[in-house]
Amino acid sequence: MKKNVIVALFLLIGTIGFAQEKNKKMTFEVDGRCEMCKMRIEKAALGVPGVKFADWDIPSHQLSLIVDERKTNPMEIKTALVAVGHDTKELKATQEAYDNIHACCKYREDDTDDNKKH
Amino acid sequence: MKKHFGLLIITLTSVFCSIAQEKVEGMVMEANDAGKHIGLQGANVYWLNSPIGTITDEKGLFSIPFSNAYNKLVISYVGFQADTLTINGPKMVHHWLKPSNQLDEVVIQQEREAVQKTYFTSQNVVTINSAELLKAACCNLSESFETNPAIDVNFNDALTGTKQIQMLGLTSPYLLITQENIPMVRGASQTYGLTFTPGTWIESIQITKGAGSVVNGFESISGQINTELVKPLTDTPIFVNGYANLNGRLELNTHFNYKLSDRWSTGLYLHGNQRTVEVDMNDDDFLDVPLANQINIQNRWQYQNPEKGWVSFVNLRFLNDEKQVGQTNFNPDTGRFTTNAWGSEIDTQRFDSSLKLGYVFPNLPFQSFGFQAAYSNHQQDSYYGFNVYDIDHESIYSNLIFNSIIGNTQHKFKTGLTFAYDGYNELVNDANFVRSDRSAGAFFEYSYDNLEKVSLTAGLRFDTHNRLGNFFTPRFHIRYTPWELGSLRGSFGIGRRAANIFAENQQLFGSSRTIQLLGNGGDIYGFDAERAINFGVSFLQGFTLFDRPGNFSIDFYRTDFENQVVVDWENPRAVVFSNLEGESYANSLQIELNHEIVPNLDLRTAYKFYDVKTQYQTGLLQRPLVARNRFFANLGYETKTKENGSQWRLDYTLHAVGEQRLPNTSTNPVPLQLGDFVDGYTLMNAQVTKVFSNKFEVYVGGENLTAVTQPNPILDAGNPFGPNFDTTIVYAPILGRMVYLGFRFKS
Repeated sequence: MKKNVIVALFLLIGTIGFAQEKNKKMTFEVDGRCEMCKMRIEKAALGVPGVKFADWDIPSHQLSLIVDERKTNPMEIKTALVAVGHDTKELKATQEAYDNIHACCKYREDDTDDNKKH
Repeated sequence: MKKHFGLLIITLTSVFCSIAQEKVEGMVMEANDAGKHIGLQGANVYWLNSPIGTITDEKGLFSIPFSNAYNKLVISYVGFQADTLTINGPKMVHHWLKPSNQLDEVVIQQEREAVQKTYFTSQNVVTINSAELLKAACCNLSESFETNPAIDVNFNDALTGTKQIQMLGLTSPYLLITQENIPMVRGASQTYGLTFTPGTWIESIQITKGAGSVVNGFESISGQINTELVKPLTDTPIFVNGYANLNGRLELNTHFNYKLSDRWSTGLYLHGNQRTVEVDMNDDDFLDVPLANQINIQNRWQYQNPEKGWVSFVNLRFLNDEKQVGQTNFNPDTGRFTTNAWGSEIDTQRFDSSLKLGYVFPNLPFQSFGFQAAYSNHQQDSYYGFNVYDIDHESIYSNLIFNSIIGNTQHKFKTGLTFAYDGYNELVNDANFVRSDRSAGAFFEYSYDNLEKVSLTAGLRFDTHNRLGNFFTPRFHIRYTPWELGSLRGSFGIGRRAANIFAENQQLFGSSRTIQLLGNGGDIYGFDAERAINFGVSFLQGFTLFDRPGNFSIDFYRTDFENQVVVDWENPRAVVFSNLEGESYANSLQIELNHEIVPNLDLRTAYKFYDVKTQYQTGLLQRPLVARNRFFANLGYETKTKENGSQWRLDYTLHAVGEQRLPNTSTNPVPLQLGDFVDGYTLMNAQVTKVFSNKFEVYVGGENLTAVTQPNPILDAGNPFGPNFDTTIVYAPILGRMVYLGFRFKS
């Protein structure tokens, strides 16, 4: 019984120590340029279990997320983003994934904002 | 079993080994003078210019797949200098990161948007914004739909000139009309309620075709019209609008908005309209439009605290409306309830108050609470010749909504509770009808959006009502995007309501018809509650032609009544109310094409077909005074706005109304027989607005430019106390050409 209590205490300390928040806000940059990119980026982010909310801002290229840290981490989300063809600061999409995005979304060639057109 | 277990272990080991060989594993630590192993949790470890990355665990350990395609491994962490290591094969890496003086990543705190954006709704919603509302300058909510084909405007009666709106072939009682999502035009205000919201108070209107949302109750059958009013915080500090038409109608609207602090704003909105000039252009000795007088005062308070997530509105509104109609020589003081002259007065006093309270969880923009409560007291005192009709209606409505998500924002839900009370006290000639309706309900609505092709909303509510019983109301909407700019929608829903037969059919009092109630002992005036199923499909396709945008849409809806309180006008001596026995349905088809045909010139066209039939005493007949075919066209032209805001705006609308079936008049004396059908006609409206600057604009317009009128809108007008007097059969305008002008001043 005593042992159990100690284990429980350790577990508790552990959780406090790492503070994995259920609703962690995070923001990072994702490359893209238009309304279509926005949809694709948000969909990819929300496709990662643990991502609750995703909003990509076209002019600033910032992706705002609310994430359950116990279930995922930023790198996992970025992996999902590059898989659909959108570069992040750390990870870059493969040429194959990039080739798959719509012609109007080709941000590597032209990085200007284009949200009016779509 | 043991054998299998062994096999499993071997397999597992081999799997682990093979993975280990293709991985780079290691530990990321914080550099320190003592050389201690202090693991960094959450450091980024990724191959440069690759899609492969990972993050260190709580001990600082990581494991990343190795591939020959990449050999630069980047290790980065906020507040530390990033390092790039060259790695040519799977191995163990121990790496110390040095703290950097500068943060290389800045977290940008975004301000919350006041309105959450929805990409593509699953419901068929048309929004009329303020620019659109300015196209038809006159005057109140009932006249705000002239430039929109989703709503048809009909004539209520030959006396008051009140416009009756209809959607999908059904009149406004079958629509849920809300003001900022609080049910508004219902019960006692059903007939005249739309004229009690001045046009300048309206910020936007959302029209939902087909079954609405379960959140707003069980009453909507053919659709929902929601009006958003101007808000103290966003409306201009001072706004003045004056309007006059050549038939003697004057209107004045003033708005004063004041920001008290960062959190509080208030607005005072005053509306007055008056007509003192007697108009009788068709020489039937009856006023073509009422002598009227309305004072409408609203005070709004807005509170918002974005840091804490609270938003609130408090509204107070008082209305006094007086109308006098009837013969031109009628004097209410001496002629009331005499045969000197036929006349009528309709006096309404109404008080409205509402409270809205919203809370958005500060760190969870997708989670919120909403509470709304409204109280209104409506008193109408009226007489039509010798018919007396008084109605008092006291109403309480409250709704609590909780919004959140299941997993992520692709799966949202709304759930909550509704409580409603309606107390009615009516005097119909000598008969007194007193009734109170109480209902409580709970609802749950789930919506799914895959952010691309599909979204759907499925809602269910359960209500317990002292007259309608206990019942479930399901509503369902789906949208599918098969290709770019295409949108296919479907909807299904059930609606129920207690028909306020007198309030909704007040025009019957302006006739010599006897009122017959053929009830079956039901709970509402002896009738059962109305119940209908509505379903529909629609398709919208956007396109670009000659580099300019356009869209094409087609929709079909059907409403099937299981019970309805049928109002039968087919006997010219009576109006008969009964429960539906047999069929009653409304089919509606609308085809719409919109395009910017030349730069800055928008064309909107629509064709509408209505097949609305009900089983009357004399058979299954097309609903009288509902045209089967309608055509609509609108041309809007705007010059480019100059720097100071100056601009010209021109607008032209055409309504072609097809043949209409008239109620049976074959038992009338020959001169008072109207025939079975009446031919169609075309109405035209136009308006020119000159914007001088952002502060001042002037508009001039005309309604019914070709002066189409109904020859004898009042049957047996010369003998108003005789048995054939009838003002209810109105199929065309009574008033001819109407020219108006007005101005708007903003500061």
